[in-house]
Amino acid sequence: MSRYLLNKFLFTVDRDPELVERYRSEPRELVAWWETERANAVLNCHTGEASTWLRFDDVEREALATHDHVKLFELGAHPFLTLTLFIALFERDNTEPLEYQKSYGARLAHFSMPYPDIAT
Amino acid sequence: MASIVAVIASTHHPFYYRASTATGEDRPPFADEWTRKILAFRETLTRARPDVLVMVGSDHFHQLWLDNMPQFLVGKAPHYDANWYNEEREFGLPRMLLTGQEDLSGHILRAGLDAGFDLAFSNELRIDHSITCPIITLRPEADLPIVPIYTNIFAPPLPQPKRFVQLGQSIRDIVESWPSHLRVAVIGTGHLSLELGGPRQFGPHGPDPEFDRRAVEWIANGDLDECLREVTLDSLHSPGNATHGFMDFMLMMGVAGAGVKADYVDTLDLFHTMEAYFTWYPNGAPTA
Repeated sequence: MSRYLLNKFLFTVDRDPELVERYRSEPRELVAWWETERANAVLNCHTGEASTWLRFDDVEREALATHDHVKLFELGAHPFLTLTLFIALFERDNTEPLEYQKSYGARLAHFSMPYPDIAT
Repeated sequence: MASIVAVIASTHHPFYYRASTATGEDRPPFADEWTRKILAFRETLTRARPDVLVMVGSDHFHQLWLDNMPQFLVGKAPHYDANWYNEEREFGLPRMLLTGQEDLSGHILRAGLDAGFDLAFSNELRIDHSITCPIITLRPEADLPIVPIYTNIFAPPLPQPKRFVQLGQSIRDIVESWPSHLRVAVIGTGHLSLELGGPRQFGPHGPDPEFDRRAVEWIANGDLDECLREVTLDSLHSPGNATHGFMDFMLMMGVAGAGVKADYVDTLDLFHTMEAYFTWYPNGAPTA
């Protein structure tokens, strides 16, 4: 299990407007592409250097491919990263202010303290 | 030596900019009261006539990332670009360019390292809303040079709360030993109880109003003893999953000094969070 890699996906997609749109419209394809092309990029480094060992497990890949933010919370993905990206994906569909943000919280209502560990 | 003419601690609500500039139907019902409170708070800085701002905040996974995460970092650069694409997207924050005060950055780094804080540094730092929100609320002209200081309240493992307090106490001593005639304000922003990405987010109030009430009392009274007795890295999970940002308030209590009551205290109960504003005048309140 790699909370770090989940976070890396959320972080790198969130900061790229084109990837945000691709993740909204074709999540499964985007996740597969990202895992092949981007998962091993060392971010704060010269291009051309890469890691060799990072990959999702099946549960993580499926959670991302299905936009399952509840599962991501359970897996310990950083809640700020998940929330920020998912607001970018879905807030545009709101019919009233904060509609998506509130329903996002409501879908997590079955979690009680302590929440899943987010340490990486 | 330099003088610290104001110590300011506040929340940094990224929606303030949009709420305060919205008009007509887009203007939320709480915007007028919020703006009034911010203008009064701003006056507490303006009256102190600062030349330089030391700005304490926390990067929200913008430039600082898990492959290379500093606990405490001081910016040392002639300029700082500010705000990021996702802050523009979600909060409508404007792009900004701030000037740096490199001499004070260098002094804080050298003296901080010598005082036992292994501070990281950055010569090219793009700052985020933890620092630009207080610029927008307190000094919207953005005309004063800054020294940004980032703390990690976000990516565990985090430093202990007492370490934030100690860093604040050291920042006070270090700035006051800066060989300069300039007037410095130290401004830091954090959170009271806050939930982000969890079941208690975006409620009608902050997730834990009782924590907020006690926290405001600790800060207003400079009650570091009680605060440090009550607050641990574990305890901060209870009021809300992003409440570790309260440690930036604790840092600012360290700057202000143990037992020193704030000269100005105000709060605003909003949806999602309690906003809180504090100002101390270490050399006495400025006369008009």
